[in-house]
Amino acid sequence: MLEARDLRFRYRRDDPWVVDGVDLCVEPGEVVGLRGPSGRGKTTVARLLAGYLAPDRGRVLVDGAPLVRGGQPVQLVSQHPELAVDPRWRLAEILAEAGPVDADLLDALSIARGWLDRYPHELSGGELQRVTVARALLSGATYVVADEVSAMLDPITQAQIWHVLLDRVRRGGIGLVAICHDDPLLDVVAGRVVDLSAPVRVAARS
Amino acid sequence: MSLLSVEGFSLSFVQYETGLRRRRLEVITDLDLEVDAGELVAVVGSSGSGKSLLAHAILGVLPSNAAEGGRIAYDGAPLDAARRTALRGREIALIPQSVTFLDPLARVGAQAQRAADLVGVTDPAGAARTAFRRLDLGHSVADRYPHELSGGMARRVLTATATIGIPRLVLADEPTPGLHPAVVTETLGGLRLMADRGAAVMLITHDLLRAVEVADRIAVFYAGTTVEVAPAAAFTGDGAALRHPYTRALWQALPQHGFTPLPGAQPPPTDLPPGCLFTDRCPLVVPECRQARPAARQVDQSLVRCIRA
Repeated sequence: MLEARDLRFRYRRDDPWVVDGVDLCVEPGEVVGLRGPSGRGKTTVARLLAGYLAPDRGRVLVDGAPLVRGGQPVQLVSQHPELAVDPRWRLAEILAEAGPVDADLLDALSIARGWLDRYPHELSGGELQRVTVARALLSGATYVVADEVSAMLDPITQAQIWHVLLDRVRRGGIGLVAICHDDPLLDVVAGRVVDLSAPVRVAARS
Repeated sequence: MSLLSVEGFSLSFVQYETGLRRRRLEVITDLDLEVDAGELVAVVGSSGSGKSLLAHAILGVLPSNAAEGGRIAYDGAPLDAARRTALRGREIALIPQSVTFLDPLARVGAQAQRAADLVGVTDPAGAARTAFRRLDLGHSVADRYPHELSGGMARRVLTATATIGIPRLVLADEPTPGLHPAVVTETLGGLRLMADRGAAVMLITHDLLRAVEVADRIAVFYAGTTVEVAPAAAFTGDGAALRHPYTRALWQALPQHGFTPLPGAQPPPTDLPPGCLFTDRCPLVVPECRQARPAARQVDQSLVRCIRA
C-alpha cells in the first residue's frame, strides 16, 4: 500500500502550507482520484508521493516503510511530457532506461516503431505522452501517479492512454493516483476520490 | 461569402536533409473552413492536425520555408501577405494560449495601453479602460502585475489586450487546457460574447464537450484535413447525427459518451496514405477509400469528406 500520512509541505519557511494535512492511500488494483482547484497543491502532492520532494511534516510510506530515494516503487507521469524526458536522448534510449521494451505495451499505446529513432522534439505532445506512460509502466513500478496526464490531449488519445493504465490496474499490477480537473473523467476512472478543496485547514500565521 | 473563408488550403515545409537533398513535408493537405461575423466556430482535432498552423497562416507568421496552396479569403478578397501584415493585431487578433505572453514586470493596465498604442487607436488610455470594463475587470486590476491575478483574471486581461482594437476576426488558440472548470466557463463565455457582439471567432481547442456548449459549428481536423464541419447541435446522444467516422470516434471517446478508444494514431506527414487519410483506422473502410482523397461534400447540415457518409 502507498500511503500519505498527514502530509505537509511549503516551498518557503514563512509561506502558508501548500499541502496542509493530506491523507491518502492506494493499493495495487485500485485507482484513487485526487481533485481540487488550481493552487490547492495537487501537483505538489504528486511530487511528494513520487519522492521528488520530501515532506516538511508527515510521511510517505510504501508497505509501511518510508519511501527511499533511488528506488522506483512510485512513478510520476506529468502533465508536461516534454519536461520529463532528456531532450538529447532518442526515444528508444528513453524507454530502455526504464526496462526491456514490451512490444504489446507499445502496440496498446499505438507507439509507432518509427518514433523510437527520433528525439523528443520531433514528436507531438500526445505522441510523447504515450511514451512517458510506457516508460512508467516498463519500469516495473507498483504505483503510478498520473498528474493531469491527458489534459492537453484529444479525446481519442486520452481514452487510449487511460485504457492502458486501467488495464494494468485491473490485472492487479499497479495502484494508480489520478490527479485531474475533469470530473467526468474521474467518475469513469477512479474508484474513489480525495477532494483537496473540501476541508481546508487554515494555516497558522503569526 | 463569410468574413473568413478557407478553401482547399494546403501547407508544406521544405526541409534540407543531408547536404542539398531537399524534402517536402506536407503538414496540411486540404483544409476548408468558413467563419462569419457573429459566429463562433470551434476547431478540434488531435495535435498535429493543423489547427495552430492555420491560425499562424492567417496571421502571416509562418516560417519562411512554408509553401502554401489553396486560398484564404478575408472580407471578400484574398488574404495575401501584405493584407495579413496590415490586418493582424488590428482587425484580426490572436488570443494566445499561455499567460506567459504577459510581461511579468509591467502592470497589466500599462500593457493593455501599449497594445492600444500599437494598433493606433487615438486614445490608448481610454481604450484600455474600455477594454477592461468590457471584460468585467475592475478598475484596480489595471494596477496589478500578472502574478497578482488569478488564472481567470489573467485570461481576461489577455483577451482584453488582444481585442483592444475591436477586431472583426478573433483567433483563440487553446485558451483553456488545465484550467479549473469555472475559469473555462468564464473564458469561453467571453469568446461567445464577442461573437454575439458581431465578431467572427475561431476557437482552437481539444475540449470538444466545452466547444459544443459555446460554438455554432464545429470543424474537425485530422492529419491536416477538414474531415467534417457540423452544427454544434449534431454532437448529442450516441453521435448518430455526426457524419464522419472520425468525428463519431472523437465523440464516443469522451468519458461521458462511452470512453471508447479508437486504436492507432494519426498518420505522420512523412507517411500519408494515397487515399483517404483515415483509412488505416476507419471501421467503415472499403477498397475505393484507398484510391483517392475524398472531396468535401454537403450532407444534411454538415460538410463532410467521406464517401461512406
